[in-house]
Amino acid sequence: MHDKTLVELTDTLRTGDVSSRELTEAFLARIDRLDSRLNSFITVTAEQALAAADAVDAQRGHGDAGTLAGIPVALKDIICTRGIKTSCGSRMLDNFVSPYDATVVEKLTAAGAINLGKTNMDEFAMGSSNETSYYGPVKNPWDLGAVPGGSSGGSAAAVAAGLVPAALGTDTGGSIRQPAAFCGITGLKPTYGRVSRYGIIAYASSLDQAGPMARTAEDCALLLDTIAGHDLRDSTSVARSVPAYRAGLGESLSGLKIGLPREYFGDGLDPAVNAAIQEAVKTYESLGATVRDVSLPHTHLAIPAYYVIAPAEASSNLSRYDGVRFGHRCDNPRDLIDLYKRSRSEGFGEEVKRRILIGTHTLSEGFFDAYYKQAQKVRRLIRQDFLDVFEDVDVLMGPASPTPAFDLGAKKDPVSMYLQDIYTIAINLAGIPGITVPAGFTASRGGQRPIGLQILGPHFAESQLLNVAHQFQQTTDWHHRRPGIAEETA
Amino acid sequence: MAIEHEDVSRAGHLARLELDDADASRYVDDLGRILEMVDQLQGVDTDQVAPLAHPLDATQRLRADEVTEFDQRDHFQRCAPLVEEGLYLVPRVVE
Amino acid sequence: MQWETVIGLEVHVQLATRSKIFSGASTAFGAEPNSQACAVDLGLPGVLPVLNEAAVAMAVQFGLAIDADIPEVSIFDRKNYFYPDLPKGYQTSQMYSPIVGPGEVEIALDNGDTKRVRVHHAHLEEDAGKSLHEDFHGMTGIDLNRAGTPLMEIVSQPDMRSAKEAAAYLKAIHAIVTYLGISDGNMAEGSMRCDVNVSVRPKGQESFGTRAEIKNVNSFRFVERAIAFEVERQIECLEDGGEVEQETRLFDPELDETRSMRTKEEANDYRYFPCPDLLPVVLDQAYIDHQRQSLPELPAEKRARFQNELGLSAYDAGVLSSSRAMAEYFEAVKDVCGDAKQAANWVQGELSGRLNKEGLDIADSPVSARQLGELITRVIDDTINGKAAKEVFAALWEKEGDRADTIIDARGLRQVTDTSAIEDMIDQVIADNPAQVTQYQEADDAKRGKMIGYFVGQVMKASRGTANPQQVNALLKDKLDQA
Repeated sequence: MHDKTLVELTDTLRTGDVSSRELTEAFLARIDRLDSRLNSFITVTAEQALAAADAVDAQRGHGDAGTLAGIPVALKDIICTRGIKTSCGSRMLDNFVSPYDATVVEKLTAAGAINLGKTNMDEFAMGSSNETSYYGPVKNPWDLGAVPGGSSGGSAAAVAAGLVPAALGTDTGGSIRQPAAFCGITGLKPTYGRVSRYGIIAYASSLDQAGPMARTAEDCALLLDTIAGHDLRDSTSVARSVPAYRAGLGESLSGLKIGLPREYFGDGLDPAVNAAIQEAVKTYESLGATVRDVSLPHTHLAIPAYYVIAPAEASSNLSRYDGVRFGHRCDNPRDLIDLYKRSRSEGFGEEVKRRILIGTHTLSEGFFDAYYKQAQKVRRLIRQDFLDVFEDVDVLMGPASPTPAFDLGAKKDPVSMYLQDIYTIAINLAGIPGITVPAGFTASRGGQRPIGLQILGPHFAESQLLNVAHQFQQTTDWHHRRPGIAEETA
Repeated sequence: MAIEHEDVSRAGHLARLELDDADASRYVDDLGRILEMVDQLQGVDTDQVAPLAHPLDATQRLRADEVTEFDQRDHFQRCAPLVEEGLYLVPRVVE
Repeated sequence: MQWETVIGLEVHVQLATRSKIFSGASTAFGAEPNSQACAVDLGLPGVLPVLNEAAVAMAVQFGLAIDADIPEVSIFDRKNYFYPDLPKGYQTSQMYSPIVGPGEVEIALDNGDTKRVRVHHAHLEEDAGKSLHEDFHGMTGIDLNRAGTPLMEIVSQPDMRSAKEAAAYLKAIHAIVTYLGISDGNMAEGSMRCDVNVSVRPKGQESFGTRAEIKNVNSFRFVERAIAFEVERQIECLEDGGEVEQETRLFDPELDETRSMRTKEEANDYRYFPCPDLLPVVLDQAYIDHQRQSLPELPAEKRARFQNELGLSAYDAGVLSSSRAMAEYFEAVKDVCGDAKQAANWVQGELSGRLNKEGLDIADSPVSARQLGELITRVIDDTINGKAAKEVFAALWEKEGDRADTIIDARGLRQVTDTSAIEDMIDQVIADNPAQVTQYQEADDAKRGKMIGYFVGQVMKASRGTANPQQVNALLKDKLDQA
């Protein structure tokens, strides 16, 4: 059962061959047996999941079932779930049981999806390897000595290992796409504002966006059909009609104009990754697409701009964790300042503190113009690069990351970790959508490590991206490959 | 732009993070390298460029002035570390 | 040396919206602690703000009322600092692109002149919660009901030159916001409070002296007293060869002094930056025109109309237009009795006197405008005399009757204007007071003028106050002279 896609599972449930309870039990059993090796879940909500599955089963045959009726999913632990611990991968929120549901959770629930639990992540989504989690690192199902990527590493690993058919992640600088690539699954970061941020714990508000992570582009389309749309509770969500994403798959790629940004194929790109991407591009040519080189001249400024803007917003967003209304509070504070300082220093991990300090410093008097304002101006230049290039091509293609998944503990220096996100970060600054799909493997000490192809489109081009990814998956089978752990039975 | 020990201490205080001297020294190091990377921004000519705060050129939608939220104090205070008589308690604030 | 005082005010006005500026929680005053603090107000992880349209409309109306520019785009920024009553660790405010640009407010001076005070800008922001310092085992309790209440901060230019001007400016702002109905203006409940920037400089000097900021002054009277104290303190300091320190001070109404709020805290660095959760507010001309059309008649316009069309004095027009409630009451009285001057006299005299004595606002007057108007009508048509009118007014105040006419009839206060009836009473008084009559007749004209008062009093007493005093006077004169 666990090797089926979301789409196949919906059909199985619809025919009544299997009940939602059976399906839920099967996945819970896998989590129970296998996740101790992966550490992909922070919280497993077995009881609630089974109760919800029973409710869906009881409802089956009576009226309209939701599009995801009875389908198990998992949620990155940054997404608020009423009555369920929502830790954001942090000691700060280790005791936080959210009193409300995020909009995406409401939507999934309304569609009948069953929440199996909350997946592990880099603390407050700050990280590219899942090593900053208070709950310990997640292991890559393809190679337990490798990182799954981050920050949505738990979601990526859980899907890759067949612990859950699909999951939601969030992406501020690559946090859906890079772990999807590292774990050999499909992950979509929608256009900024396409999916409501209400109830998703903020890291960097002008960059954060939630999206689906699943086996296939078609599964991602099915999930996006459910979670996309305008939300009156999120001022930055876009009031724009939502196309039928899954129904939009199946368009021919004949005449598709693909751009290959020169800057995404430069120094530092792993040759094996490069080879896989070139191979994928050839596949697209065989499907009728044309390819040309293009340039995004400000690419090298994306990481510097991001590491001003994201920490600045984060330093402010994370001020609410003060030990007063929720979250960690230090023991026996001497006075108010001691309450603040100890609660926050105990509650936050190293990387989070580092980014809070960077953000606080760059926003402070005397530095604001040189850092923050300048970064915002550069942000416009970066966005303009994309707007310009999309005048000429339909989509851009390139690697999701310069290398396949690296070893746990390999990147000790923060800057070298940050540089990993060279191909994903500009997309958030520009607000455009991006999807990564499995496109090959490279051999490594512990086995095979997946390689991800990243496809980018203009604002609100999710339909096109999903179709372009889907067509690739109709002629390749990278997305069907399973790590060993996924072949094990519960 | 280099970052000094006192910049880190100052940011630490503004952000209400407790940093001892060893912490601060470590952060001077880390932050120094990050800022060095960030300093690539300084060379870019942006005189004619307006700052971009949001990736989409959207404008603020306004909410009707209606009371839509009702008392959920007990529910919300279930996750609070210390409350009494409906109030959140903190060490005495000196005015 | 001659010193000149320079004053600028930052006035915080709580806007009269039903719900908060960024959430759907109620703004009602006096609820149980934290019962009106919703997820957004508490700054729970993951929540987001959505701007209240009424707060925007109110700020725009204020801007139009002071002839200010309304910029097409305004932007919300975050002001970052930690305080227990500030749930998110930042206040959402407007630092760089406020909703209301430069404008001006006309204030009335004591000598009857007016002066224009320039407003630098007005911006929208959210209020913080409240810290309660009662003893919770040595801790402070935090109530976040007020957190997220919409505030408009109106920042003036340093255009005021005396405590009186500052108070007049504050009153003018109060009048405008209450006329517009965008705030209840209740200073006791904190709906309006202000920070006062005060400096002094030698007369003739162009550059400003170093200023002190007096925080959170919450009454017209305190503004005057705080400034008076502060000016004296600064002058004394300078004349002693000292320097005024740029600092924040608090006014203590008990001791009638300001004192430094110096804390160990170093100067704050608020790290303002545009709030990424809110988008630019864009107001088009059609919206602004629509708001302009909805503006009521404003205090300055009303004052001019009272003077020019109703013929009131500048002083009367000023007092009666000073608040919307006062103006509406006066106009209602005038409409009932049809005489603006009488209405003005009664509203400012008997009514205001009694309200002041009882510490009541005109909106809570026990005597309605209609009741007062009907009473004045009876004075104008000579049904009752002035003395009786005061009695009727007192009775209305005490709710001893519902209408002036009923009270007049019940108490037999109807003025006696029937000449023969008055003559009968006069004859009786003359008959009862032969000695006084003789004295009167022996007196010269000058003395007679004074002595006649005695007889008038006796006749009025005999009529139980209902005789028309002018008639009594005239008839008495005739009779005494003849007798």
